[in-house]
Amino acid sequence: MATKSDSKRVLEVSRLNVEIPVPTGMLRPVQNVSLHVDRGETLCVVGESGCGKSLTSLAIMDLLPSKAKRTCDHMLLSGDSVFQIGERAMSDIRGDRMSMIFQEPMTSLNPAYTIGNQLAEALQRHRKVSSDEARQRAIYLLEKVGITAAAGRLGQYPHQLSGGLRQRVMIAMALMCGPDLIIADEPTTALDVTIQAQILHLLADLQREFQMGMILITHDLGVVARIADRVAVMYAGQIVETGTAQQIFNTPEHPYTRGLLECIPIPGKTRRGERLGAIPGIVPSLVGHMQGCHFASRCPQVSNACRSATVELLPTKQPGHISRCLLTQSAGAETPQREGAAS
Amino acid sequence: MTIDTIKTPVTSESGEPSPGAMLRKRVFGHWGFMIGAFVLIAIFLMAIFAPYISPGDPFDQVLSRKLVPPIWSDSAKATWDHPLGTDHLGRDYMTRLFYGARISLLIGFGAMLISGVIGTTLGVLAGYYGGRVDMVVNFIITTRLSMPVVLVALAVVSIVGSSLTVVIWVLGLLIWDRFAVVMRSATQQVRALDFVTSAQALGCSTPRILLTEVMPNITNHLIVIATLEMAHAILLEAALSFLGLGVQPPEPSWGLMISEAKGMIFFDPWLITIPGLALFALVLSINLLGDGIRDVTAPENRN
Amino acid sequence: MLYYTLKRLGVAVLVAITVSILSFSMIYLSGDPAVALAGEGASNEDIENVRRVYGFDRPIIVQYGGWLVQALQGNLGHSNYLKAPVASVIFERLPTTMLLGACSLAFALLLAIPLGVVAAIRPNSLIDRVALSVAVVGQAMPSFWFALTLILWFGITWRLLPITGTDSWKNFIMPSMALGYYLTPAVMRLTRAGMLEVLSSDYIRTARAKGLRPLTVMFKHALRNAIIPVVSLAAVQFGFMLGGSIVIETIFAINGLGYLAWESIQRADLPMMQAIVLVLSIFYILLTFLADMLNAFLDPRIRVA
Repeated sequence: MATKSDSKRVLEVSRLNVEIPVPTGMLRPVQNVSLHVDRGETLCVVGESGCGKSLTSLAIMDLLPSKAKRTCDHMLLSGDSVFQIGERAMSDIRGDRMSMIFQEPMTSLNPAYTIGNQLAEALQRHRKVSSDEARQRAIYLLEKVGITAAAGRLGQYPHQLSGGLRQRVMIAMALMCGPDLIIADEPTTALDVTIQAQILHLLADLQREFQMGMILITHDLGVVARIADRVAVMYAGQIVETGTAQQIFNTPEHPYTRGLLECIPIPGKTRRGERLGAIPGIVPSLVGHMQGCHFASRCPQVSNACRSATVELLPTKQPGHISRCLLTQSAGAETPQREGAAS
Repeated sequence: MTIDTIKTPVTSESGEPSPGAMLRKRVFGHWGFMIGAFVLIAIFLMAIFAPYISPGDPFDQVLSRKLVPPIWSDSAKATWDHPLGTDHLGRDYMTRLFYGARISLLIGFGAMLISGVIGTTLGVLAGYYGGRVDMVVNFIITTRLSMPVVLVALAVVSIVGSSLTVVIWVLGLLIWDRFAVVMRSATQQVRALDFVTSAQALGCSTPRILLTEVMPNITNHLIVIATLEMAHAILLEAALSFLGLGVQPPEPSWGLMISEAKGMIFFDPWLITIPGLALFALVLSINLLGDGIRDVTAPENRN
Repeated sequence: MLYYTLKRLGVAVLVAITVSILSFSMIYLSGDPAVALAGEGASNEDIENVRRVYGFDRPIIVQYGGWLVQALQGNLGHSNYLKAPVASVIFERLPTTMLLGACSLAFALLLAIPLGVVAAIRPNSLIDRVALSVAVVGQAMPSFWFALTLILWFGITWRLLPITGTDSWKNFIMPSMALGYYLTPAVMRLTRAGMLEVLSSDYIRTARAKGLRPLTVMFKHALRNAIIPVVSLAAVQFGFMLGGSIVIETIFAINGLGYLAWESIQRADLPMMQAIVLVLSIFYILLTFLADMLNAFLDPRIRVA
């Protein structure tokens, strides 16, 4: 079950769980999530709102709300464990070797300080550099993220910038120390549609240029199709299918993934006036333990076995493509794989 | 293009208890509320039944028995005839304490009513109409806030002449600012809600909308501020009386009792401690009750 | 920023004028100010005399105009009792009250802000509960009783501090505590609420995601934003405290403006009372204006509009 840690691997997370105590019991919004990202690779995590994808990213950064507890088998950043290493060691890593871009550019910058101050601070926290060097680095990166007259922007306050510009600043801030891994949690959700595309292209370009690993969390399958190397589909706290972008889009195995893809109109294929797909039913509550497949209540192909059996991630015919479904067309179906080897 | 099109709510399996049961649970589970209510009711009963439960008469001076210490002191002079002792004129201290509760409650309640009417009217009008009305009311509030309450109250009382009624009116006319500020913002919030808009669309008259749509929705704020201001008025009355310009002797106001005992602080400090504790208990219980009401009626407003 | 300043200044001037009208008309509360000023047992002749000298026979608007012109020139009237110009007496006493106010403010802020911050960092912890209890208890404590209790313990029982007067800095400890304690609960609650709100904000998460140390996150990013409303509150409350100093100064026999006000009220020295109300109100208006400016300075969203 052990995945060999090769030098290309930036992040490897095995069986991550998040638990949050709520009045009615224990909420388990992230269950046994395993994923990995290689250098220069983009992993897209997709799923509906509330499926646990944002909490997964916060758990990796160790930025969960204090009530939430996380557990995992291991969490390696370029081979070094980053699980329960203490807040001090963790804060040395955050913003340096891995950084994060958030959903809300409007509120993610401190209104009391200038852009320059907040950018420089990210570098000076981790490197012994003069303020002038930090300033130069900030200007260089602001230009990289497509902000013109960067030197002049340094003295501006966040409220003087538009949402798109603020998100560019956030991206520049995440890159200040040249991280190995960048996690972008729905970085374009709060932006205008026209700006969304620009920001995504920018992220993809920068990721290629700096050869970082990137986890892009999104619910926009159009985005995924364009920039993902690999895709992990999440549903109700679990990864239900993962594989290369081609595998997911061309030969989806899990009924949920197929349902998602049917919701997207495809130019040229979807006829005018044709009904788009919809997945009936509602997401189950994640409080307490649940029997059977999480998707059983909404699955069009559900059988009795689905409601009782514990469904593990199973390999499909194609290497690297796995699916959490009893109907999965398996290459060697006799030996169901443990989840540790997921992906 | 996005999965949001199939976004669905998460089910809730827990059966919610009825609102009434939840309210009862919150009320009885709230320590501050319970303690505040208990102490306040006790003081209230003390005030109402003062003539029946008092050991003596609040004005009877027995100079031969002056400055009898309270019952817990070691002095041989302490006697159960005067459980809390007597003051410098030989008046029974417990009796004066009981009667003093009447004055504090009367002034607190009266001043609160007057300031409540003024402040609520101003605040609701400003919040409902906005624009010019709002500007004018804001200006009035700012002006009022810039005048020092204690000083103005003292000056006015000294010029007009002191009596219970004067103190109530002066305080009532001075402390409406918080009512106005809070009612204004509460009304602004309610006004933006759909049911007010629909009432307007139906052609309801403005007084009708204010009375039937707006007022019921700001009542819990009103009650909370009312308790705070009642406590505020009681403290102010005590301060005025302490400075000799509130309730006049021989009336047994707690502030006045402390004032009269100032000179005896070296040898008979209990004369100060007892009415002070009474004031403290009364104001604390009102505040606890107010905080409790806020928590119980709108737990999300807790900070 | 210029527009903002001018607007605030305009409102401040308007409020000041209104307050001056109110404090001017205060002497009319007694009915006939001439009768009040002449004092008890004055003959009709005396009263008429006072009426002429003070100009009470002129129309009110003329009287106010004259009074305002005089006041703007620094002439706040003449004290009948002290036989001295009101303004000079007031400005002689003002520094003492300012000193007391500043000490009280310092006491309150030094106690309340750290308590509020700690309470917000660990909500519902023991220290949070203690701090909140202190706030609730503090709000219910009559200031004069608290002052007397301080005297009883520190002055009489333990003999640590002098009870009355203004001879040394020790004289200011108890009055500052008594006056400042009144402000502590409000500042503490506001600091706590502000910190709680700021700590759950997105930019604090960003600061943590940058790997900043907890202390940097707490002080540079959180407190800086949470403190902005506290500054306004402190300035406003400073004004209230000067108003409340009348009680404390009387108890500790501190020869400041509050004590002067009390003496003047006892002596029915109307011009003095009027002037003190006016001076304290104007001072309060000035403070709120300064608080607005300071707010704009601290909050770039107002400053760089």
